[in-house]
Amino acid sequence: MTLIKTKHNRRSFLKVSAASTGGLMIGFSWVVSCNPVSEVTEHKPPSEWFDINAFLSIADNGQVTVMSPNPEIGQNVKTSMPMIVAEELDVNWEDVIVKQAALNTDAFTRQVAGGSQSIRKGWNGLRMAGATARKMLVNAAAKQWNVNPDVLKTENGVITRPDGKKLSYAEVASSAAGMEIPDEVELKDPENFKIVGTSRGNVDIESIITGKPLFGIDTKREGMQYAVVLRPPAFGMKLKSFDDTKTKTINGVSQVVEFDNKIAVLANSTWAAMKGQKALEAKWQTDGNLEDSDFHDRTLLALLNKKADTDSHARKDGEVENKFKEADEIVERTYEAPFLPHNCLEPMNFFADVTDEKIDLYGPIQTPAGTRRRIAKEFERDESEISVGMSRMGGGFGRRLYGDFAVEAAKISDKIRKPVQVMFSRENDMTAGIYRPATKYKIKAGLKEGKITSYQLIEAAINNNMYGRLPNNFPAGALADYQVDNHRYESNISTGAWRAPYTNFLAFAEQTFLDEIATLTNTDPLELRIQLLKQAKKGVGPEGNYDPDKFIGVIKLAADKAGWRKNKDGIFQGFSAYYSHNTYVAEVAEVIMEKNRPKVTKMTVAIDCGIVVNPIAAINQAKGGVIDGIGHAMYGDFGFTQGTPHASNFDRYRLIRMPEAPEVDIHFVESFNAPTGLGEPTLPPAGGALANAIYAATGKRLYKQPFIKQDFVLE
Amino acid sequence: MALFNITVNGSSHEIDVDPDTPILWVLRDHLHLVGTKYGCGIAQCGACTVHLNGAAVRSCSIPVNNIGNNKITTIEGLSEKANHAVQNAWREHDVPQCGYCQAGQIMNATALLSQNPNPSDQDIENGMSGNICRCCTYNKIKAAIKTAAKNV
Ligand code: FES
Ligand code: FES
Repeated sequence: MTLIKTKHNRRSFLKVSAASTGGLMIGFSWVVSCNPVSEVTEHKPPSEWFDINAFLSIADNGQVTVMSPNPEIGQNVKTSMPMIVAEELDVNWEDVIVKQAALNTDAFTRQVAGGSQSIRKGWNGLRMAGATARKMLVNAAAKQWNVNPDVLKTENGVITRPDGKKLSYAEVASSAAGMEIPDEVELKDPENFKIVGTSRGNVDIESIITGKPLFGIDTKREGMQYAVVLRPPAFGMKLKSFDDTKTKTINGVSQVVEFDNKIAVLANSTWAAMKGQKALEAKWQTDGNLEDSDFHDRTLLALLNKKADTDSHARKDGEVENKFKEADEIVERTYEAPFLPHNCLEPMNFFADVTDEKIDLYGPIQTPAGTRRRIAKEFERDESEISVGMSRMGGGFGRRLYGDFAVEAAKISDKIRKPVQVMFSRENDMTAGIYRPATKYKIKAGLKEGKITSYQLIEAAINNNMYGRLPNNFPAGALADYQVDNHRYESNISTGAWRAPYTNFLAFAEQTFLDEIATLTNTDPLELRIQLLKQAKKGVGPEGNYDPDKFIGVIKLAADKAGWRKNKDGIFQGFSAYYSHNTYVAEVAEVIMEKNRPKVTKMTVAIDCGIVVNPIAAINQAKGGVIDGIGHAMYGDFGFTQGTPHASNFDRYRLIRMPEAPEVDIHFVESFNAPTGLGEPTLPPAGGALANAIYAATGKRLYKQPFIKQDFVLE
Repeated sequence: MALFNITVNGSSHEIDVDPDTPILWVLRDHLHLVGTKYGCGIAQCGACTVHLNGAAVRSCSIPVNNIGNNKITTIEGLSEKANHAVQNAWREHDVPQCGYCQAGQIMNATALLSQNPNPSDQDIENGMSGNICRCCTYNKIKAAIKTAAKNV
């Protein structure tokens, strides 16, 4: 065990009365929470709960409630975060009931779903919460027995003293709840973990497979009105006037309100609100640029050729310009990607009830704390008057980082002074997006005697340039002369984070470029990367932000598992490896030729993300990232004409479906290191691996996404 | 508005709605059966899949006045104890990520298996191609359908 100082925010251990979060409100929900109904555990219903700390309470029947602090978007934190608490608490997982915590900045830190950071940043705090509670239970038993706590052992919710006498956690929970918070606790040696590292089913599985209300869209409250909003048809337009005569004749429509250049139709059903919205006759006027995708393409291409200067440097090691002059050969390629909508399958929605006393907010949100701050500011209300409950989310992918939909719900509720559920139609969701910005990269490398000696990456993006640490990604550190430059064009089209921001396309550019260099220099693509990583290890350039050995580790594991270039008949392989969100991933794509076009059949993936908390869910997450990466590289296409999006629903916007999805084979590096991220890192390398495999199959390079725009790619 | 009598999960309900109201919204907003999800409203994503006399249909695109005496089954009524072979397989494979598409996937898969108890990989791919999973749980869906096929 490791001895650790408890550095908790003391407030998270303030004792709260059993009634405030505990006991009877739990009811029988535990029956469906963790266990298949067929094998309900034999607990009697609990009659009293004791709160040990903000994360957990223990009932007199031995059951344990563990709060899941972070928003659940399908990354499985609602299962895996409580697993970490339960591990250090040392209880049976079967006795655990998981509950979603509401926003509580006093008790919890970083209640955010984003950047693949929930587990990584939560790891220590969750372990401490469990370990601290365990220690308090042990201390309570020691007091009761009048022995030194150090002689006591715990296992599966039972405390044992050297002579074999036992007390269950349930028996000491009431006195433990009153114990001093220990200054120091012991954490388990990861090699002794019994829950973390084992596969545990999704705690919401029963509700999901029986259709219980779980998601924001399922919210029903007394007196609630459904709101569907009409928004400007184009970026760069605003509302001039509208006529709601027809809308008001629709059965169920109760009210029409204007706010912020938008019109909300309120009704007693979603359908009536949607019909009412369609029946509005609105006039719009130009209020800014009405931009076309062709214009964006020209603008970004021009920016790629802009002269680099101190303003544009994101990282500058040595003198690439000089090295380019000395090179035997310069390779320069341009890579292009369109905007992308997030298309969460559950469209944006949110519940708000604004009254003079309080603001109640509930729904799918990746950033509850930020959203509360924003609404407090907007309404000039104290944050303490605003509550935010988190529903399960039907996907996030970055879109639910932005609380615009919660603000809308609050504004409408404020205007009509009734509880409101704002519901985006799919068309609203796709056309009022906060898109992955269209981006182009130019990569330029100087080759000398068959080796890369200098490397420059130039980024031109709509609105958002890569964030600060990305220029330190591989191959930074491997070369003495290395440079990254950023340029941007500011557009009124709203853009933001989309699953694996920046790297979702940056990895494609870099990984296909390296593959091309490998071909040009007659080097095995894996060897090329390993050589560069060895150079990074030697410190040829100023340090990058990755560990070259871990990187080489996943490259070799993927090659081994995939049987890299073992001459499989009719199967063509492509390789890619990328480090993002603190996790190392290498992927081998396999394509076959079908009707003379390449079709991806399999992806073999090696991942180093430290300890894998819940393997069954981690595999799901990792596979999903790979297929998502392939789907968007193949089909994802979104553009604008005069500020109006080209697609507004899935008839004109193609998402990957089952027939196109390859089999994905996941391998984790065995590790006892603290866990890193997993929601995003398998996505960035996927498109590059596929493009490189398509090259192996066809001899043709892909420089633009989506791939289906190229005639040699199978539709 | 008009009165309709519809049979959902074995019980009949009288509802007063406009005749063009899609079954999806009748289920969700009037009967509070929210397991059936809205994803696109235009029969493209499959999130709203229910059974109409046992066949999988897109409830977002069927107005209530087309239902007549046909029987609707939703995810809530698929089995009494959440123990349909497909639900069991979903549990065994721990299929969902966000879970939003899964009711539609399960309803589509159960209808597929009742028509074709022994589907090939290709039958599964084609039969499920109308159901989008934005989280891309396709590998697990396929594996779970194969498991369910062994146990129906
Ligand atoms: S909501 Fe019916 S198919 Fe998408
Ligand atoms: S599990 Fe999220 S859409 Fe399928």
